[in-house]
Amino acid sequence: MPDVSEVRLPGVGVRHEYTTASGDRVGVLTHRGGRREILVYDRDDPDRCKAVLHLSADDTFTLAELLGAPQLSEAVSSLQRIEGLAIDWIGIGANVAGSTIGEKALRSRTGASIVAVVRGDTTSAGPGPEYLFAAGDVAVAVGTPEGLDQLRRLLGT
Amino acid sequence: MTVLAAASGDATIVFIELGAVALALALLARVAGRLGITAIPFYLVAGLAVGRGGIAPLDVSADFISLAAEIGVLLLLLTLGLEYTAEELRHGLRSGAVPGLVDAIVNFTPGFAAGLLLGWDATAAVLLGGVCWVSSSGVVAKVLHDLDRMGNRETPAVLNLLVIEDLAMAAYLPVVAALVAGRGAGATAITVAVALVAVAAILTVAIRLGHRLSAALAGGSDEALLLAVFGLTLLVGGLAQRVQVSAAIGAFLVGLALSGPVQARAGALVGPLRDLFAATFFLFFSFQIEPASLVGVLGPAAVLAAVTAGGKLVSGRVAARRIGVGTRGGLRAGTALIARGEFSIVIASLGAARVHGDQLIAIAAAYVLLTAIAGPLAAKYADHGSPLRHASPGRRNAPVRQPF
Repeated sequence: MPDVSEVRLPGVGVRHEYTTASGDRVGVLTHRGGRREILVYDRDDPDRCKAVLHLSADDTFTLAELLGAPQLSEAVSSLQRIEGLAIDWIGIGANVAGSTIGEKALRSRTGASIVAVVRGDTTSAGPGPEYLFAAGDVAVAVGTPEGLDQLRRLLGT
Repeated sequence: MTVLAAASGDATIVFIELGAVALALALLARVAGRLGITAIPFYLVAGLAVGRGGIAPLDVSADFISLAAEIGVLLLLLTLGLEYTAEELRHGLRSGAVPGLVDAIVNFTPGFAAGLLLGWDATAAVLLGGVCWVSSSGVVAKVLHDLDRMGNRETPAVLNLLVIEDLAMAAYLPVVAALVAGRGAGATAITVAVALVAVAAILTVAIRLGHRLSAALAGGSDEALLLAVFGLTLLVGGLAQRVQVSAAIGAFLVGLALSGPVQARAGALVGPLRDLFAATFFLFFSFQIEPASLVGVLGPAAVLAAVTAGGKLVSGRVAARRIGVGTRGGLRAGTALIARGEFSIVIASLGAARVHGDQLIAIAAAYVLLTAIAGPLAAKYADHGSPLRHASPGRRNAPVRQPF
């Protein structure tokens, strides 16, 4: 993983940036309220942004899911070897049935990700934010042990 | 009964006057929004129209407006304090001391010199120096946001400079308040010393124990929080004024003391209240100016604006270079900082009652009008004027004329 540098912006938030393999400088500006900007720096004038994408907290969640979920499910098999990470199976409570993964903002609230949902005989790997929970589902989640505890409470069993 | 009837008759007139003024301000705020510039210059012009010698002078509601203006200053400074966390202040002090010093020297000095050249006493000149020194945090933040420059590399330099300026005000305002009170040299020195110690003490308490205060306020409804923060601001402001530290700084320190979730909630709750009272403050400021006297000071104000715009270019360049930002980034930083606003008006209003007070507030108003309008335009042009800018990756290095 390349070096990610962090810059604090007083009164605004914090900015992280790194250089991609193709040589573009890319940054994420996280505003205090959770709003984010994705920044692509100009090669001619590396101090200015040639593109800025404004994301609401919900947009951020969707994008993070799109970018992160497939990789996480690929990584599940090697998870056991990573220190500080845990994987767990969590039964979905009746009070959560009928809501989507996105509505619950589980990832932003707990830091843990749902990498698959098992329903009966079928398994949905890398469910998107629109995935609708049903009673009896079992979610496969990855995160810190604390994150998983929080997630277990939110999912209500 | 007679008393009540008379009071309600007055109240009717006050309602009509205030209502008309607020509607006019609403219209101006919309125009400013449409033009993409800050509403401060418009409020100042509106104040001229309804003030002494204006086209539609208000008489009955003047007292109410003056009190509302005082509250406006407190709320402006409170929300400014709410912007920053203690951690950001510590960091700002550590990394921003040198650019902050350069900024103070190159911008304060022209104003101070101009005051002396106009034949004013030293205190009035120190006030004019202060008017020229401090950029408008509100306008600068709006410019960076509107031009989509929050993510730019020079932006932390700009924001850090604003933090330093705001902190410098915490020392400057009590000092000038003591100078303005103007007793003998010995008494003034004591007042200044007491004021500075008081500010240092409150600042330390705010940074160290702010989280306790925040925790105490955290419970309860939004309504309770709003009342608590509003009450605390007025109370601390009033007490600070009592010990000759300006009330505005008391309010600023209350804002700094609040942290965490309470900080965010209080910011959102006080925001609308601040807008209401701050508009009144700007209105009241130019309310006291004879429109005719503004014409006479337009020349000096324009010269001062030009010189100190150059000063901000220097500050921006120095601050940007320290974090490794290039020439064009430095120019963007400098132009973004040109706009002066709320602090300049706060400083000038301290000297309103002095010998050269009329001239001081007239120059400050003209100066803020000029810089608050020219600054954002210059900031916009700093990037559009860059010859190497290209429209799309497909047309790399092809010079493109930007629509303006």
